[in-house]
This record gives sequence, structure tokens and C-alpha cells, in this order.
Amino acid sequence: MRAVPRAHPLWLAYILHRLSGLGLALFLPAHFWVLSQAMTNPARLDAFLELTGMPLVKLAETGLVFLLAVHFFGGLRLMALEWLPWSAPQKSLAAAATAGAFLVSTLFLMRAI
Amino acid sequence: MTEETTIKVRVQRGTADDTPRFDRFEVPAHDSQTVLDVVSWIQQHADPGLTYRFACRVGMCGSCAMMVNGVPRWTCRTHVRKVLGDAAEIEIRPLRNLPVIKDLAADLDPFFDKWVAAEGRHHPTRTRHDPIAPVDPGSAERAQASAGIECINCAVCYAACDTVTGNPDYLGPAALQRAWTLFNDAKEADRDAILDAVTGPGGCTSCHSMGSCTAYCPNDLDPMSAIAGLKRAAARRYFRKAG
Repeated sequence: MRAVPRAHPLWLAYILHRLSGLGLALFLPAHFWVLSQAMTNPARLDAFLELTGMPLVKLAETGLVFLLAVHFFGGLRLMALEWLPWSAPQKSLAAAATAGAFLVSTLFLMRAI
Repeated sequence: MTEETTIKVRVQRGTADDTPRFDRFEVPAHDSQTVLDVVSWIQQHADPGLTYRFACRVGMCGSCAMMVNGVPRWTCRTHVRKVLGDAAEIEIRPLRNLPVIKDLAADLDPFFDKWVAAEGRHHPTRTRHDPIAPVDPGSAERAQASAGIECINCAVCYAACDTVTGNPDYLGPAALQRAWTLFNDAKEADRDAILDAVTGPGGCTSCHSMGSCTAYCPNDLDPMSAIAGLKRAAARRYFRKAG
């Protein structure tokens, strides 16, 4: 496969945001259908929830959390990019502050669990 | 005497009516050689029929832009050393997102038509008989306007933009940046006309902020931020009217 010739960090962020959104859009109908079973067929829901113990399903759930996180931060990035007329150094500082806060909060989370 | 080394070059040939084909050339390598030097060497020594466009050769006129190894570049200021890297050969094609006239010459009519469609012309506040209006060079608006005035209309941003590829009506980064420059000009009389022109189908809201325009602008301009400015101005106007 040929490398994408015009791939640069902003473009990669753009394509990651789009693809994660597409993935979530495909997942959501299935998600809502499963949730609806709580009302219409609780026994089937319980049987389905049994599956969540399987390693493969856990792996898929990790993928979903990744998609959600990527799409969430991608959306925040896009809103900041378009709505905040910041200069390049201000953007760098904001990104560094977000990364620092994420690092500290992850450390706390890891200590907690 | 040093041994002469050569550069392998693949050049797209043909007119709009042909299926594009590639011709291969071996061009003598030199120090500080630009991609335009390579194209000129081919035209002067290997194939006089090769069609391409250039004028100033010093990065001012914006006429020599081409796709070099998949990336739009001003070829007169792009050194072969920079684009060759580890690649075995250089691939040179006409600018993306534009019709081909012949070989490496793209038809820029759609590009400039969109400058007009984006209301990229000045609406004066005074006539020639009035005194010249003073412009405060330190104002925030002037800083926004000045940020985009060094555009040389090379269409590199237009060729880089995937939104243009997907939406032929999209006005494109250069035209929208021109509109944003005028919008911030103290001597601009009709800002509403500009916002009307850039908020229709294919206007600033079609931009997906992928940033290729800013990444590849040879003059280090930032059309993506200019388009974001238009989006904010359009939103402000919308809420003012609605409120």
C-alpha cells in the first residue's frame, strides 16, 4: 500500500476524528437495541450481558472506549480550533496544559484502582 | 572530474482528453537544484513538447506550482534534495483539483472564478475625490487582515485541500482567506456582502479544518484560521439577527 502523500498531524487528527465518529455511529444502533431489551425482554438482556465476560468482548469494549475518547477529544480540539482565535504559542500551551492535566489525573486514577 | 549523477523523474503527460500517462527522464543532478530546474532541463534538453508554466522563478508570481511526489509545491523554491529524500525518483504532476490543459499546466480558471464568487473584491468606503482614510496598523483587525495579504495565488492550498476534491462547489482556502482579509480591512464598506457570499453552499462552513492549506502554504500563511474567523463572524451575525 502506498503511503498517504499529504498526511500531516492536523490531517491525521481530522481523519481519526471522522473514522472514530463513523465507528461510533455504526455501534450506537446496536447499543440502543441492547438497552431496549431491558424493557422488552430482560431475559435476553441478561443472556447478552453474560457475553461481556468474554475476553474478545472486553477487547472490543476497549476499542469502543478508545473510539469514544478519540472522538470526544477530537471534537473539543475542533471547537477550540474554530471558536478560539488563539495564536500558535497559546495553542501549544493549551495542548501542553491538557496533556499535563491528563497525565496527573491518570496517575491519580491508577493509584485509586 | 567527478562522475555525473542523475535524478530519475516521472512526469505526467497528456491533455484533458487523454488518459494521463507518465514519461520517464534522467536529469543531471546539481547542487541547489530546484524542481523547476529539473522540469526546465527536460523541456530544453529531452522533450521540447513538455508543457509547464512559470514566470518569476523567485517565489513571487505563484505560477509554477505542481504536485511533487503527491504534495503541492511551488517548484521554483523547492529543492530536489528536499523532496527526493529516500525516494528513488521524483513524480511530477499538474496541480490537483483543477482541470489539466496539457502536461503540467493546470487550468486555474475555476480557482480564480471562486475568488470572485467569494466576493474577494474591495467595496470602497470613499470615492477617489475623498481624502485617504487612515489605517491603524496596530489594530487587531489590521493584524488579521495583514496575516493573509502575502498570498501569491499559487493554488497550492486549493490543490492540497481534500474538501475541494470532495465538493467541487467549495470555494477553497485561498478565496475564503481573501474574503477574511477584506472583511477585516478598515476600508471595506460591505461586510454583509462578504458574509453572504461565503456562507452559501460551498462556503466557509464546508471547511472540515483538516489543515492541509496551512500545512502546505509556501508563504507560511494560515488559511485554515482565516476560514475559522469567517465561521465565527458568520455565527455572530446569525445570532445577532436571531436575537
